[in-house]
Amino acid sequence: MNPTRKRRLTIVVLIVAAAALAVGLGVYALQNNMNYLLTPSQVQSGQAADYKTFRLGGMVKAGSIQRSSDSLKVTFTVVDAGGAMPVEYTGILPDLFRDNQSVIATGHMDGARFVATEVLAKHDETYMPKELKDAMAKAHADKKVGDESAQGDMP
Amino acid sequence: MSSWIPLWLHKLGSPPTFYRFAGSLRPWAMALALLLGAVGLYGGLVLAPADYQQGDAYRIIFIHVPSAEMSMFIYAAMGAAAFIALVWRIKLAEVVAMESAPIGAAFTFITLVTGSLWGKPMWGTWWTWDARLTSELVLLFLYLGVIGLYHAFEDRRQGARAAAFLAIIGIINVPIVHFSVNWWNTLHQGSTVNIFGKSKMSWDMLWPLLTMMLATKFYYVASLFNRVRTDLLALEGGKDWVRKIAADEARS
Repeated sequence: MNPTRKRRLTIVVLIVAAAALAVGLGVYALQNNMNYLLTPSQVQSGQAADYKTFRLGGMVKAGSIQRSSDSLKVTFTVVDAGGAMPVEYTGILPDLFRDNQSVIATGHMDGARFVATEVLAKHDETYMPKELKDAMAKAHADKKVGDESAQGDMP
Repeated sequence: MSSWIPLWLHKLGSPPTFYRFAGSLRPWAMALALLLGAVGLYGGLVLAPADYQQGDAYRIIFIHVPSAEMSMFIYAAMGAAAFIALVWRIKLAEVVAMESAPIGAAFTFITLVTGSLWGKPMWGTWWTWDARLTSELVLLFLYLGVIGLYHAFEDRRQGARAAAFLAIIGIINVPIVHFSVNWWNTLHQGSTVNIFGKSKMSWDMLWPLLTMMLATKFYYVASLFNRVRTDLLALEGGKDWVRKIAADEARS
């Protein structure tokens, strides 16, 4: 390789390395803000204290959904591996909202309760036909290995 | 030049040779793209069963995932060509990098639009500023920046070199797009298709998806070769080989 090309190669590599380092440090510094959501256990350990509004993510606890009979008000419990949080929401829920669904609620704390202004359903990356799902659910039920908590992938 | 590079590769780097090479390969790439695309779409939209929780709405994946994959694949190809263009000043590499950008931008745009159309019924929102969606939007802006910078210069080769720099620096964003769903909590789900390890999709849905991913690759090759040929003719306007082609065209 002749000296001119070698010099150009060095310059390009150095600039890209410097830019990668800058972006890497920037992203690392913003690590907390890059997170789209907080889980109930993170909120309970006080990580949400700095935020007036934030996103709460977790799974809808089976059997916790209670709909009001005369309005669009819904209350349910969002759980993760180490915590649970009651959520209150008034409005229309996405199609995928149901027991054991991963959801992301935007809102604020009101005492120990989370009041949501928006509820989104988080979809998982698993795709399969209905027949296969039914067959798997049946095999699952036959073996009695517990609930369907393996459905979501919320950290 | 270094001796370890075979001679045919040197020859391929010269505009007239590449013009002929691309011209003979392009129809085959396009035919394969159309064939595989038709098979993939038929398999995905007709043969594949409905999803257990999304019903038929999941079928947008057969457009969305191949486009998203191409948006990153083309950026990587553009970055590699831009690197060669900057260090070795090969004219063909400049042209390949600059002509990749509009194709990549189109795929990125399709990715964002189809994702948005799917997000409304499934998530409950058209758009949200999570890491995956935001970094993909940044990717679109990088493509537009490269295209814009290239055309902002009077001298096309100077423009190509400036834009190649932007393309190379922007390549940092590609791993961010890819790994964003693993590094941060996002609304966007993780990868369904895994090259290493098991994909999280049943086979009768997966094969049309993989076919579509292959079809988009061939489309990229066909489209790129077409664009590069046109650009080479324009760039080498006064040269003998272009005059010869023009004369041959005029005669027939």
